[in-house]
Amino acid sequence: MEEKKNKNGEAKLMKGNEALAEAAIRAKIDAYFGYPITPQSEVLEYLEREIPKRSGLVLQAESEIASINMIYGAAGAGARVMTSSSGPGISLMQEGLSYIASAQLPCLVVNVVRGGPGLGTIQPSQGDYFQAVKGGGHGDYHLIVLAPASVQEMADFVFEGFRLAEKYRNPAMILTDGALGQMMEKVIQPEEGSLPKIKTPWATTGKTKDRDHNIITSLFIKPEEMESVNHQLQEKYRKIERDEVRFEEIKTNDAEIILVAFGLSSRICQKTVDLGREKGIKIGLLRPITLYPYPYKRLNELADQVDFMMSVEMNAGQMVEDVKLAVEGKVPVYFTGRMGGMIPSPDDVLHEIESIIEKQNVLQD
Amino acid sequence: MEMVYCRPDTLTDTPFHYCPGCGHSVVHRVLMEVVEELGIQDKTIGVAPVGCSVFAYHYMNVDMQEAAHGRASAVATGIKRVLPDRYVFSYQGDGDLAAIGTAETIHTVNRGENILMVFINNGIYGMTGGQMAPTSLLGQVTTTSPYGRDVKMVGHPIKIADLLIHLPGAYYVTRQAVHNPNAVRKLKKAFEKSFQYQKEGKGTCFVEVVSNCPSGWRMTPVESIKYLEETMFPAYPLGDLKVPEKV
Repeated sequence: MEEKKNKNGEAKLMKGNEALAEAAIRAKIDAYFGYPITPQSEVLEYLEREIPKRSGLVLQAESEIASINMIYGAAGAGARVMTSSSGPGISLMQEGLSYIASAQLPCLVVNVVRGGPGLGTIQPSQGDYFQAVKGGGHGDYHLIVLAPASVQEMADFVFEGFRLAEKYRNPAMILTDGALGQMMEKVIQPEEGSLPKIKTPWATTGKTKDRDHNIITSLFIKPEEMESVNHQLQEKYRKIERDEVRFEEIKTNDAEIILVAFGLSSRICQKTVDLGREKGIKIGLLRPITLYPYPYKRLNELADQVDFMMSVEMNAGQMVEDVKLAVEGKVPVYFTGRMGGMIPSPDDVLHEIESIIEKQNVLQD
Repeated sequence: MEMVYCRPDTLTDTPFHYCPGCGHSVVHRVLMEVVEELGIQDKTIGVAPVGCSVFAYHYMNVDMQEAAHGRASAVATGIKRVLPDRYVFSYQGDGDLAAIGTAETIHTVNRGENILMVFINNGIYGMTGGQMAPTSLLGQVTTTSPYGRDVKMVGHPIKIADLLIHLPGAYYVTRQAVHNPNAVRKLKKAFEKSFQYQKEGKGTCFVEVVSNCPSGWRMTPVESIKYLEETMFPAYPLGDLKVPEKV
């Protein structure tokens, strides 16, 4: 990734989790509620150390369930709030996320994913893709999901996450992994206080004479009413899908093979692209930056020019389903990946590509 | 004609949906009377529970949030922490506060969150049709304890207020009722004190109301009052459990 230089300051070597925590302070969060879990405990530790010296409030809750409900309360009161956790803790937050999405409250939730299922392992994984983009909790709702691929983006996406969450009054998630959380890279932090606060006339701040009482709720007991709330949500999601899709393309112009990968695996695939091209295989990479909304349209366009696509993930093959949906059967879509905290190497991915090419050649002969 | 009694501005004109004889509407009214009399409507934020009083915000004319089952005190914590100069109360039933929300209850009080927690204890899950609650009495027949609450299967009724008094964060813990005018007056005093303590930043105030559920108990309202006096109050004695130390 290109090194960033701007007026905000010198590049500083930081851990992903700490870069994210520092960005949260610079985004002027009013409060962070969280609970320790590896591999993201540095977020809470950093904030517990820094927030008392600067601005905002940090509180270690008794559980992830309590954290997410504190987030609900504080967001409903109009505050800019954030929490973070890893897989098992994020599972506990699903109930709260469904309520927050239904009540249309903005907040930022960070999942520094570890290997699962179950208690799993503390090593990095992308096994929570389905949970993040397909719902996770009950009911028809979506989180806005951002997938950083560098420590720089761990910081930048805090701002981007809040911007999107507040624009749409919807919970946003940063879906990252234990490696990005733990690795150190140069980062230039966003300028402190450069994220404007939104107006929250809907918040529960105390009923004044000039308005009706504000109610934050996800309960709409009459089915007609519940359906109309669902229509509202779906309308919002269509707008998000239209306006907020973000992705990065690397060497796709002349590509005959497209790799699709997000986060850490996109870093690996970048190397694969170079290794392949050294051998004369025209590989390109599409990296979804938003996992919801997903770049279906662009992938569908690219399908017209390539022989096949391959989704590379650190899981058993989750995003590959969305790649298949995107290409609508125009070309074969393959998957390769590792699970349970294992990371594929650029060579592993290249070998997979070479073996597919070989099989195709055999078929053609 | 002189007006001597009317609906406070802090209650909307939506008719209560509660069953005849149920204590919820009285508790709602008393709580909102206190908010009006203290002149803090514009500074008060409530958290409604899951259960029969899930629609408390339809009646209470203050800003309110609806919480997930068991989570009201965590939601109240979130509100109070970002708006520390507001008055925040949570309102929960026994299944909500003393079963699924036990962790949130204990830790909210342990942090001494500067809020009022209102706890309606009627020994049953009313909303879902009268199932056994953590506070159901031994031998109590409910739809999920059709042969009576069996101590060997599900243990004793939990006296949550008695547990909470041991936490230093609990500033004021009291157990009240609304079965007669005298009890209502005492409850009102308890709410008044609680808001005063919250204003002074003293810590958590916990007001339990031992109330009735005529429908869930399969009784007439009159029978339910008798059951309260003869059976519920001996198990849950009324009165203050923890009061501020006199200086």
